[in-house]
This record gives sequence, C-alpha cells and structure tokens, in this order.
Amino acid sequence: MKLKKITIASGKGGTGKTTIAVNLAMSIDNAMLIDCDVEGPNSHIFFKEPMIKLKDVSIPAPVFDLDICTLCEKCADFCQYNAISILGEKLLFFEELCHGCGGCKIICPVNAITEKDHHIGIIEKGGNKKLAIYHGLLNIGEPFGVPIIRELKGFADDSKTTIFDSPPGTACPAVEAIRDSDYCILVTEPTPFGLHDLTLSVDVVREIGTPFGVVINRDGIGDDRVEKYCKEQNIPLLAKIPNDINIARLYSKGIPIVEGMPEYKTMFAGIYKSIMELI
Amino acid sequence: MMVKEITIISGKGGCGKTTIAASFMALAKNLVIVDADVDAADVHLLMQPQIKSKEIFNGLNVAKKNDELCINCGKCYENCRYGAFDPDNTLHPEKCEGCAVCEMVCPVNAIQMVKRNAGEAYISDTRFGPMVHAKLHAGEEASGKLVALVRQNAKNVAKETGKDLIIIDGPPGIGCTVIASLTGVNLVLVVIEPSLSGIHDSMRAIKVARHFNIPVLVCINKYDINEENTKNILKFCDDEGIEVVGKIAYDDTATKAMMDEKTVVEYSDGPMSQAIKEIWQQIEKVLI
Ligand code: SF4
Ligand code: SF4
Ligand code: SF4
Ligand code: SF4
Repeated sequence: MKLKKITIASGKGGTGKTTIAVNLAMSIDNAMLIDCDVEGPNSHIFFKEPMIKLKDVSIPAPVFDLDICTLCEKCADFCQYNAISILGEKLLFFEELCHGCGGCKIICPVNAITEKDHHIGIIEKGGNKKLAIYHGLLNIGEPFGVPIIRELKGFADDSKTTIFDSPPGTACPAVEAIRDSDYCILVTEPTPFGLHDLTLSVDVVREIGTPFGVVINRDGIGDDRVEKYCKEQNIPLLAKIPNDINIARLYSKGIPIVEGMPEYKTMFAGIYKSIMELI
Repeated sequence: MMVKEITIISGKGGCGKTTIAASFMALAKNLVIVDADVDAADVHLLMQPQIKSKEIFNGLNVAKKNDELCINCGKCYENCRYGAFDPDNTLHPEKCEGCAVCEMVCPVNAIQMVKRNAGEAYISDTRFGPMVHAKLHAGEEASGKLVALVRQNAKNVAKETGKDLIIIDGPPGIGCTVIASLTGVNLVLVVIEPSLSGIHDSMRAIKVARHFNIPVLVCINKYDINEENTKNILKFCDDEGIEVVGKIAYDDTATKAMMDEKTVVEYSDGPMSQAIKEIWQQIEKVLI
C-alpha cells in the first residue's frame, strides 16, 4: 500500500499535533507539509523563512438586484443556512451565514440573483528547498474554513510524502483534513482529557475508514490509561514522547525539536518506519 | 435580573483554558456552567454532571437518493458544489453539506432531504450548580448551531433557576463554534500561553472578539515558560488597551487536579489556586 499522505490529528488542541507534524516532516526524505488548521495555523512558526501569499480563497455569494426582485421569498425559504430573510419590503442578506451553495440563484423565478466572489481567506507558501510548507488563513469573523482546507489539499505533490497538520476537534474541518489520507496519526496526552478526546478522534477515523495509530506526547505527566486503552482497542502505539522541559522551551521559541535536539531525529524517522511496516 | 455571560477562549488548545474556566465555575456563586467546546467537551470530566434531561440535536438535513427513481440526468452532480456526487451521480452522504440544491434540481424527485441526528444536548446538575453541555457525533457538521442551542438552553436554565451568571468554556479556533460561543456575551477572557504559537492563535482570538465588539480581558498562563514572550504580550495588551487580569506560573497542579478529576481550586490551595482566585476577583469586578 502507498503511504503518500499522512494526517496528524487530535481531538483536543495543544496536544503536540503541530510538533509531531513539523518534526516528522523534517525527519523523512522528500516530504512536504500542509497545515490545514486554517483557524490557527502554527507550523510556519518553526520555519525561519517567511510565508508568502500564493492566492486568495473565495466562495461564491449571491448579489441581489433589488430592482428586479419581487420579494417572493422563495430564496429565503430555500436557504438552509438562514442567510436570507425578507422583512416587510426589505430583503436582508447575511453574508457570513452564506455557504455559497448557489441554490437561491437557481430558485429565483425572475433571475434577480447573480454571484460574486466572497473572500474568506488566503493560502500562503513558505519553507525551504528541502521542505515546502503550505497553510491557509481564515479571515477574522468568517465562520467556515472548510473551502480553504479543500484548496490546500490540492497542493499535495504526488511525488512527495505529504504531512497534513489537521485542525483540532472532530467536526467538519478535521474530517475534511483526514479524508483521503493514507494514514492518520492521533496525538494525545496520558491524562483524562487526553484519553477522552482520543476516544472521540478514534470514532471519527474509524468512521472515515483511515488506518491509524497513536502517539503519546508528554509521556510521564499522567498515567497509563491511554496505553491500556490502545492495547484493549488493538490500536498501534507508534511512539511516546517524554515530558521534557527542554522540548517545551524549544517549542515556546519556535525551534523544531530535531533542530534543537538532533538525537530525536531517529525517533521521528522511526514513526514513519513503523507506519510503513504496519500498512 | 440581568444574566451576565462570560466566555473563556484561547485560540489554541492546550494552554489551560478549561483548567482555568473550570476553576472559575467552582469559585463563582449562583451560576450556570456551560461547555461550548461541543467537539471535544472536557468540562464534564471535572464536574461529573448528573444528566437531568437530554435532547436530540438535529444538524443540517442530509440528502438521500432513491436510485429506483433516478434517471441519471446528471443535474445533481452538476449543481452540488461540495463534491458529494461522483460524475456517475453516486451520492456520498458524508460529504453532503445539506444545502438542498440537489433536491431542488432533480427533475424526478429522486432526492429527499432527511433529518440527521448530529448530537445530543444535556442539562445536568453538578456540585456547583446546573450545567449545560452537548456532544456532537463523530464527524458531524453544524457545530456552531449546536453551540447556539447550548447557549439558549443555558439562558433558559438561568431564568428558571434564578441564576445571574453564565460561564462558558469556549472552543478552540476562530471559526463558527467560537463565533457562536461569544456573540452577545458581556465579556471574553482570552487565556494566552507565551509560546509563539500560543501568541499567534490568541491574537486571532482577540481579533474575533473585537470584531463582534465584545470587551476582552487577557490572562497569561504558564507565563514563566518564556518570560521574554510574556513581556511582549504585556506590551501588546498595554498598547491595545487590553487589561491583563493576571499571570499564572507553570504548575503541575493543573495535571494533578485533572488526574484527580477535580478543579484546581478544589484540589489545592497552592500558588496556582491563589492566582486563579485573584484573577476571578478581578473579573467579577469588571462583570458587575
Ligand atoms: S448561496 Fe446558498 S447559502 Fe448562500 S444565500 Fe444562497 S441559498 Fe443561502
Ligand atoms: S427569489 Fe428572487 S425575487 Fe424572490 S425574493 Fe429572492 S431574489 Fe427576490
Ligand atoms: S444537499 Fe447540497 S451538499 Fe448535499 S448532496 Fe445535495 S447539493 Fe450536495
Ligand atoms: S438529479 Fe435526480 S434524476 Fe438526475 S441524476 Fe441526480 S438523482 Fe438522478
């Protein structure tokens, strides 16, 4: 089986997802990194090179010609996201609720609706010759980042191994990031919060059907509940990263572990190797 | 009586938001507890709620196709903007965003939008008072809608039980769930961890709160993991006119209390607990 796309995910934020993604990408040959956490991308912080804007991301949004509109309310009734409402003699459009489905335009009996681009964010590229990184930035106040994640995924280069840093959680943005990957690494901490959120992520990846394994981060701060769970559930435990104050310090300064403590490189390369053996 | 609402967010997860929020919930009087992180709710692990009532949350409807009626005209594939149909008109319901366009364009009514059970919302009792929370099923959309439902439930409970405060543990990020967790609240507390990524994400969280014109307070957690960065945060807040209500030092009490399934202020009376108590006093002053 091929191992071209690996997604790093976690139910809860702050478990070390980005740390694993960045260091893993830096420890394997011919890799690239795509940070899908468009609400709070962090991977670029570990690169010295600046991120440069590649493109704008927009979704179509309706424009209403009020001279033609007969206030028939068909569009408002149709819109599943309550982005249109007719109040007396007035048509109100709530752009931030619009998903750009195009339905109102089709349903309008008098062709009063056309479409324009509604800007929701940007895609940037950075990194260096050895490792390119792409990420997206959702505009402040925009609720839906999934269209940016979809575009980002298109930058994956088939001749490379792409590491995707997924948004936290188990809802639509995370699912979009995990879908279509060959393998998913779930990162967690050995604590009650960690275990609880891991079980939620496991439900999601099982439903999507992606093969997966677990990395325990900050090993030593809690107990063995996560390990026990993995054993019971027959989930491969790919690595345990110790709770090391030096790692936390490097992290706070934006220095990758494999750069500040090169001895960890073998461990990260080992994660990739164990996945290769597993699938 | 005016019910006050405060939401605690951080942008990035794992910087101690829930630890701090749960301690406030233990300290505050006469409140309704809300966990608005419906994707990965954790507050209940510290509160051990007794569920009193449960309601099914229907997310957006999902398309259902009847292959016997389908004449393979291709209209659904052409018009679905979310890639839920293959070119041969096979429907993948898991990619459906519930827009209902395919149902509208299908000439033979082969597609119907059906309800989907996307989660559950709960009203519970805890040792600190009523708690309102929810669970989104794996991989479901519309979590912003579920947050809105949870907040409405909290307001109802506050009214029925005469509570005058709602404390909301908010979700990570800046998207639909965050927006739903903070629109219309009286105050947002942003918890910042002084790592570069913590700062990056919390700045975005502050911007979202300001975008919706909500007063923002800041507290710095684990301030001593990088004092240089902490200084920068203090300077930023000073420049922007944002009040910093306190700093909390790195302390493994947070993890110990979590392992014991208690809030920090119940678990110990040490420095972390003291710092949180002082912060809560500051916040109470601003809220009244
Ligand atoms: S494009 Fe779709 S979501 Fe946007 S307003 Fe029209 S019907 Fe509603
Ligand atoms: S469907 Fe067309 S005519 Fe009817 S209210 Fe909407 S824009 Fe106006
Ligand atoms: S309801 Fe909308 S998103 Fe779902 S399949 Fe139909 S057209 Fe696509
Ligand atoms: S629009 Fe209706 S009839 Fe046409 S392919 Fe789709 S389901 Fe079949």
